[in-house]
Amino acid sequence: MGWGVATIYLSLMVLVPLAAVVARASAGGLGAFRAALGSPEVIATLALTFGAAFAVVAVNAATGTLIAWVLVRDRFPGQRLVNAVIDLPFALPTIVAGLTLLALYGPKGPLGINVAYSRAGVLLALLFVTLPFVVRSVQPVLLELDRDMEQAAASLGASHGLIFRAIILPNLLPAILSGAALAFARAIGEFGSVVLLSGNIPFQTEVASVHIYGQIESGDTTGAAVVSVLLLALSLAVLLALNALQRWGRRYDG
Amino acid sequence: MARRTLRGLALGYLLALLVLPVGMVFARAFADGLGPVWAALSRPETLHALWLTLAIAAVAVPANTVFGVLCALALVRHDFPGKSIVNAMVDVPFTISPVVVGLALILVYGQDGWVGSWLAQRGIQVIFALPGMILATIFISIPFVVREVAPVLREIGTEQEQAASTLGASGLQTFWQVTLPSIRWGVVYGVVLTTARALGEFGTVAVVSGKIAGRTETLTVLVEDRFQAFDLAGAYTASLLLALLALATLFLMNVLTAREEA
Repeated sequence: MGWGVATIYLSLMVLVPLAAVVARASAGGLGAFRAALGSPEVIATLALTFGAAFAVVAVNAATGTLIAWVLVRDRFPGQRLVNAVIDLPFALPTIVAGLTLLALYGPKGPLGINVAYSRAGVLLALLFVTLPFVVRSVQPVLLELDRDMEQAAASLGASHGLIFRAIILPNLLPAILSGAALAFARAIGEFGSVVLLSGNIPFQTEVASVHIYGQIESGDTTGAAVVSVLLLALSLAVLLALNALQRWGRRYDG
Repeated sequence: MARRTLRGLALGYLLALLVLPVGMVFARAFADGLGPVWAALSRPETLHALWLTLAIAAVAVPANTVFGVLCALALVRHDFPGKSIVNAMVDVPFTISPVVVGLALILVYGQDGWVGSWLAQRGIQVIFALPGMILATIFISIPFVVREVAPVLREIGTEQEQAASTLGASGLQTFWQVTLPSIRWGVVYGVVLTTARALGEFGTVAVVSGKIAGRTETLTVLVEDRFQAFDLAGAYTASLLLALLALATLFLMNVLTAREEA
């Protein structure tokens, strides 16, 4: 009984609307689909979106692992507060994030740093909204990690760097990649935080979701649907990759 | 020494990317004292946006809570055809662009949508109206309760439920008296996350609401509208309300996690 209700609710709320996007995108056939994706503005938009997403994910893999390490292995006053602050990007509405980043790192910012209406602004907005993913994915694994191996390596004379590379990193890799995959999915679809900070200049700072938004506003729902389908396919690919990663992460579990 | 460097790096990064920007909302909102904040707060547009935001959450959160518990029970306790698809579909709203969600709803409920004209003939307007904004908010906040409750259900197992039914309890009695009390903190945590997401959603609502001033503007849409109209006091006041809600969410999350660990 319950599963029937759950399936129907999910189908009506999620599956039917998404099917409508796919239907609209494929209504014109393959030729129209390729024409819509082939326009120079769309190509520039997608190049920026994916380039920025990969850059942000690379930064997050490093900073997220670092922050998780500091939260788990270090001890300092105010640590609980720092740990709580990590979730701020999940709790703060994206439009507020965009506004506040613009206030701090925009033309009239107090620090004299201005990244507004530039690609650096896009990166900054994406770094803000994706910050928690790698941290929250690595933290529990690091907490569980047995320190015997590290101590054994240290007693055999391994340096900190070698212990990190040879023991800690391989154990954390599935978690880092899971967090990175979620951050990537979030980055390619992000709208609210980017829309104020990037200035949305076509061929320069217009990301995919802002482009889709513009097409909806101008009544070109078919063009919007074509780019949307591409983003949808990538979201699903990320979910599949996450599933595979989870299995890989548990490969040594009983 | 190395430890201190790493700590400094991590904290510096968090300070520059998270703490300073959020502090900036408060600094800018109160830059000219309480006067402009109070004036912006008492404008009818702000009050209407606040009311609308709360009204949408008041429908979306209970709907997703009931669904979330049902779906988690179905996924953990039952086998049914298409289970792996349902399991995957629950996570879709996490990874999908909010603008795509908005477009999807327009293509179903809009003027040329699948059921839009049928509904319009019966006097029901979904897009650029409250029902569309509720549907949008439900869509993007679907996963939270499911994903918080499912692991708790897996953890508690079925022994107590089986004992209850052996003693003659009906399915509903078992649910209310055995299952629900054991999963209640998972449900509460999921509700907190759902509420935060519902109150703060921008992209999806911006697409389906049409952003009609004083009518379909939620708090987040009002932030953008005031900013574009160069009314920074208005934009920061609405942001202030949302930032306070975000901080309240963080506080609740921490209280609940501490309770879980205790």
